[in-house]
Order: sequence, then structure tokens, then C-alpha cells
Amino acid sequence: MGHAPEGSNYINVQKGLWSWLTTLDHKRIGILYFVTVMFFFLVGGIAALLLRGELFAANTTANVGQILANGDIYNQVLTYHGAIMVFMVIVPGIPAILGNFFLPLQIGAKDVAFPKLNLASWYCLMLGAALAIATMFTTRVDTGWTFYTPYSIRTGTAVSMMVVAAFIMGMSSILTGLNFIVTVHKLRAPGMTMYRMPLFVWSLYSTAIIQVLATPVLGITLLLLVMERAFGVGIFDPKLGGDPVLFQHFFWFYSHPAVYIMILPAMGIISELITTFSKKTIFGYTAIAYSSLGIAAVSFFVWGHHMFVSGQSEVAGIVFSFLTMLVGVPTAIKMFNWISTLYKGSVEFRTPMLYALGFLFLFAIGGVTGIMLAVTAVDVHFHDTYFVVAHFHYVMVGGTLMAIMGGFFYWFPKMFGKMYNESTARLSWVFIFIGFNVTFFPQFILGAMGMPRRYFDYIPAYEPLNRISTVGSWLIGIGFLFGLYTIINGLISGQKAPKNPWGSKTLEWEADSPPSVHNFDHEPVVTAGPYEYK
Amino acid sequence: MNLWLLVQKILTHSAFAESFMPTQGTEIAKHVDNLYGFLLVASLISCVILIGGMLYFVVKYKRQSPNDKTAYITHDTRLEILWSVVPLIIFLIVFAWGWVIYHDMRSMPKDALEIHVNGKQWAWVSEYKNGVKSNEVVVPVGRDVRIILTADDVIHSFYVPSFRIKQDAVPGRYTDLWFRAEKMGDFHVFCTEFCGTSHSGMITKLRVVSQEDFDKWLTAESEVSTLPLAERGAKLFQTRACASCHNVDNPAAKVGPTMYKLFGLADHEMMDGSKVTADENYLRESILNSQAKIVKGFGPRSAMPAFQGQLSEVEVNALIEYIKGLK
Repeated sequence: MGHAPEGSNYINVQKGLWSWLTTLDHKRIGILYFVTVMFFFLVGGIAALLLRGELFAANTTANVGQILANGDIYNQVLTYHGAIMVFMVIVPGIPAILGNFFLPLQIGAKDVAFPKLNLASWYCLMLGAALAIATMFTTRVDTGWTFYTPYSIRTGTAVSMMVVAAFIMGMSSILTGLNFIVTVHKLRAPGMTMYRMPLFVWSLYSTAIIQVLATPVLGITLLLLVMERAFGVGIFDPKLGGDPVLFQHFFWFYSHPAVYIMILPAMGIISELITTFSKKTIFGYTAIAYSSLGIAAVSFFVWGHHMFVSGQSEVAGIVFSFLTMLVGVPTAIKMFNWISTLYKGSVEFRTPMLYALGFLFLFAIGGVTGIMLAVTAVDVHFHDTYFVVAHFHYVMVGGTLMAIMGGFFYWFPKMFGKMYNESTARLSWVFIFIGFNVTFFPQFILGAMGMPRRYFDYIPAYEPLNRISTVGSWLIGIGFLFGLYTIINGLISGQKAPKNPWGSKTLEWEADSPPSVHNFDHEPVVTAGPYEYK
Repeated sequence: MNLWLLVQKILTHSAFAESFMPTQGTEIAKHVDNLYGFLLVASLISCVILIGGMLYFVVKYKRQSPNDKTAYITHDTRLEILWSVVPLIIFLIVFAWGWVIYHDMRSMPKDALEIHVNGKQWAWVSEYKNGVKSNEVVVPVGRDVRIILTADDVIHSFYVPSFRIKQDAVPGRYTDLWFRAEKMGDFHVFCTEFCGTSHSGMITKLRVVSQEDFDKWLTAESEVSTLPLAERGAKLFQTRACASCHNVDNPAAKVGPTMYKLFGLADHEMMDGSKVTADENYLRESILNSQAKIVKGFGPRSAMPAFQGQLSEVEVNALIEYIKGLK
């Protein structure tokens, strides 16, 4: 390939939809993921608002102000909210959008190791997502995103189709993970040793290991479920001598590590944001890098903490409780490291930093409540109540989504070559952060009071806190509208971004904004670590 | 330690406590709440350290100029060991504390009053040794009770918030839990494993009564078979959970069609457009095999379990007699 003309970048080098749909450029594939995941997030978000709207009042009997006609429809909306947010937003969110775009840039590579595989993984996600959304126009699905047997075998809804969709999306996740592992091992620029890699890369690497090792188990489990429905093979169906709890073991063997697929990359982003906006080297680089690997390793042995009351033995409950405590330690280490990084720094309150601080705030709460749930005797009371709902939203939304937003505003200038509007971006943060706490904090109390999750209706004692929670969901909605406005406004009329608007030290900021097709004019030679703020 | 006692006092102070945790109906509930109180205080302190530290640093080290000099600190081994080991110790303490209580929860007492509880979409049916069936769980106060759980159709979960206990009811096997109620009164039983359409309606009462009242209740219930047919049907309509899906006193549909003024209806319209007369044979067929004829507006499949083999002839008669009388 000849030298690209002056001013050419990955966006304007080719034009037309077809050039995007057939691109092998990791940056363009990142943008494809960005656009599609944003759309899924909108769908999942609307579902969330409907659920919260329904729960505004305890009203099944009175039929007053009901938003969703009946329990069946509520259960369907709940299923789509969960399945879309997990399989189509949070799992692919950071690795596939920001990871695709910045992993090669951060290690000084031209692209990922297998560009065609990279595009194939996007098409896998699209195919799976299309199938999943198509189920909405059939008999729909009402199992919840967990597909627990034997309910998922007995229900008359489109479970098989949805499960095949999740299987295909799992393929996408495996391919992305494989690509990242090989890229990290084989394509680092000269001088980019493993210990000079930015922590975002370390976190993606740990994530990729989980994706490759855990996702196949989900795939097999889901196929078994399809076979069970189609041919009645009797693995999970108690009527045929199967064991429905076995499904839960299989399911959580994937889905617990998957929780770390969702949170590890978010932790990576936080390391980038905190160093950049406090102009300070990271405190405890090796501790953070190894704690990512540690979390990834231990995450495979804690699945039973989802099953303390499922009928598994007392011994199993105790062992899983113990192992879960061990996962808490590397997580605590990371928190302390990030906060120590701020010490004697030069802290600038740009929007990405606000999101990073918001992450620390919410993740602290999500973390300590996670420990509460890991304590067997306490979990017996909290299991499957709103306490769990609040906890995992604090981690998944308060953690991962805050990090996605922070990372997105942080890298926006690099991705699009334009600056976003700081004041509307901050406004969106204010609404999302406050709205989040108003929505989910009352749910801890509801859970402690005993309100079970996945309830279409509830006893009147739970009404006041549910009202507060629903109002909070509206604030979050408004926050994301401001965020969307900021993005569109930045794309249309943002000022031209310099190469390195934040003064970061990682490699991607040495590329142009937006980067050229090959990322760097010359292959970069790395001589120092990623956070050398001296 | 004093601080903790104070916080505990506040948390367990009657009115205040109930807005956070339900009434403590058992001794184990108190133990769970003590541990939860400790966790709350420990969490609060952790959050104050983490979030407080963060806020302190960002205010103190706010950027003054773009040329600020920052310290270059890569790590501090002693500090890192400290904040790995201290959380680990706290985690292990609460783990062990939880284990002790959990062991109590899981150790079934000998000589307990045993009650079989069966979960089905969407009701609980409890069955006593003398054959009494009820859709509520009635137990005597101050006595060990062991609940043996199973389910008919899908997984349910038996949850009594006031007792801080919960156990899944799994079809095809038995699970169990135990409690000794210390307070008389009515307590909620929720289903906490998602089980479909009326999952949130699968609520029943756990009634804790004196031993004397318990014995009276058990005797009265066992005499149901001597009641007139329609009254017996009314009982069955409750205990077999027909009432959770069918109204009996107004024409509105719940999950299933209403029973109110149903009997004798000549042009009862079905899903396929045909019309039937709601006579004894229609009712009988619908009770025993609900898929046979599905009322318009309730398809494509009926959510009602088939009662073929689950009800005796007399019981079917009793239900029909009862439905006849709903006018």
C-alpha cells in the first residue's frame, strides 16, 4: 500500500456504507461495535424504564396506572432488559468498542493479529443480536436472562431461538478474546515489554483469557438446553430423570467469570483515567496487573455463591463462600491503589475524571455489599431479593457503565478528532450519578426488607421506596439524553482535537487524532513505562 | 466496640429496625441481624476510608496550574501488604461468623414437627402428617418445625423474610429448612425463584399460633371431609390454589377466566371460536385437563396445570358444586 495522502485518516480514507461493512481496520470495527452497542443500550434502557414505570405503584389488583398489561409482559420485558444488557451491551461493551480501537494503538501495533476474525466477530454479534431481537416478534421469551431449567424447558415462549442467539453472540466474544491474546503476545512494538503495557491492556488480556475459557461452557450449556427442548434428552428435566440444578452449575460456571468479563476492562479504563487526570504514575502497577490475572483465575471457582439456597450441600456453600472472600482481596487492592494514585497528584475534574471518581464511589458500595452477599448466613436472607439487584447494578452500572462513559469521553478526541462540549458532558454525569444512587440505593433497603426480585407486583409496604427508585430511573434517562446530545454535538460542531489533549503518556496519544489507517507513521519504539509523569 | 453497640441498638430499635429488616421472628433471625449489623458498620467504615480518602485527595490535590509537579511514587510494599492483609482478615472473620450461623440453619433438629410443602405454579400447598392440606402454613409457636420442600412443575423458593430463611423447592427432589418461631402472628411467605406469570402472586401466610390453637386447627381441618359438598369445594378452591388464578366474586379475569356466574353459561366462547355450555362435564374436563378447551383470550396454551390424577372423584364433585353456587 502506498503512502496515504496528507490529512487522511481511518475515517475519511474510504467512503460509503459498504467500505464500513467490509472494513478490516480495528478502529473502524470498533466504531461499528460502538454504533450497534449504543442501539442495543437504547433498547435495553427503554425496557428498564418500562419495568421501573410498572413498579411505581403496587397495583395489580387495583389496575390503576399500570404500564404493562400483565405479569407475562412484565416477565418478557425483564428478560429482554437482562439479556440485552448482559449479552449485547456490557459483555461486548468495553472490549469490543474501546478495546478494539485502543488495544493495538496502546501497544504500538498496526492492527489486531487477525483482522478478518475481528470483523467476523462483529458479524457474529450482529447475527446473534438480530435473532435475539427477532424473538420479540414471535412468542417472545419470559425466562429471565438466566434461562433456569425446568422453567425454560416448560415455557411456551421462544427460548430456543433466544438461546441460539446467545450461543452465536458467545462465539463473537470468544473470537474477540482469542484475537486479543494473540495480539498482546505477538504484536507489541519494539521495547513494549509486558510490564510497559498500559493497565487497560493488562485488563483486556485478563478478560480475554476468561472469554476464551469460560464462554465455550455457556455455549455447550445453551446447546444442551436447546436439545432438551427439541428432543427431550432429559439432562435437566426432572420429569425425565434430569437434574435442573445441574443447569445452574453449568450456567454460573460461565456467568460468574462473565461478571469479570464485564468489570475487568472497566477497571483498566479507570487506571488510565486516574493517572492521566492526576498527572501521576500509577501506584502499584504490578499489583494492579497481577490482581487482574488473580481475579480472572479465582473467578472460575466461585460460581456456587449464586446457589447457596439451591439445595447444594452445606460444605459446598462454605467452600464457595470462602473462595468468594478471596476474590474480594485483589478487588480491594485495586481500590486502594487507585486512591493512593491521587495522593500528591494534580487532579483535574474533566468529565472522564468525574466518571472515574463516580466509579470509585459506586464500586466501593458495590464491593462491600458483594462481601455481605458472600457471607452464607446473610445471603440466605438476601438471595434473590432487591438487595442482589442493587448490588449488581452498583457493580455493573455503577462500575462498568461509568467506566464506559468515562473511557468514551476520554478517547472521544482520539476516535473522532474532535472535542466534546465539557459543560453538557458534565451535566450528563451529574444526572447519571445522582439518578443512579436515587434508583438503586433504595433497592438495598427494599432487599433487606425482603422484597423479592423479578416481581411484577409487591405488597404495599414496599411502595414508597419503589416510587423513589422509579423517579431515579427517570433522572438516569435524562442524563443519557444529555450524553447523547454531547456526542452528536461534538461530532458535528466539536473543535478540532490536538494529538494529546489531556497530556497522557500512553502510546495511543502519539498517533494523530483521528489516527491514520496504519495508526503510526513509523513503528514506535518504546523506551519507558506507560505512566511516566515525572 | 461501644460504637458498634450503639449502632446496633439504633438498628434494632423497633420502629426503625422494621423499616430496614423485617421483624425478628426467630432466634436465628437475631443472629443473622447481628452479623448484618457488623457488616453494615464495617462497610460504612470501609466506605468512609475509601470514599473519604478519595474526596480528601481530590480536593487537596486539585490542579492549580497545567505545570503542576506531582510526586513520582510507584509503590510501597509495606502499605500494599497492609491493605491486602487487613481486608483478608476482615473477610475471613465474616466468613467464619457466617459459617457458624449457616451451620445452625442447615442442621435439622431432631423431633421437629415435619410439614411437607409443595410449590406449584402459583401456590404453596402444605401437607401435615394427618393428611390435612392447606395453602397456608400453620405452625405452633416455640416448637422446632422442619419444612420438607419439593415442587410440582418448576423451581420455586420458600422465603420467610421475618425468619431470615430461604430454600429452593426443586421438582424431582427434596430440600429442607427449619425454624422455631418465637412470636405469634402472621408472616409473609414469598416465592423467590422466578416461576412465571404469577410469580409475584405466589405469596402465602405463615401463621404462628399457640400449641392449643394449632391442635384445634389441625383437628378442624381434618374434619373437612364431613362438610357439605359445596363447602368442601370452597376449601379445595383455596388449598389447591385455584383462587390464585380465578376470581369467584366478580366478572373480571385474573390469570384465568372468572368462575363468577360461569355455571350454566350457554354461549361460553372458546379460543377457536366455538361455543360451549358450561355444564358439569365442561367443568370436569377443564379441571382435569385444562388444555382441552381454552377460553377465548387465554391461549395459545393454558397456564393451568392438569389435575388428572391429583383430585379424587369426590373432590372434583365438590369443586363443581362450589362453582355452581357462585352467583
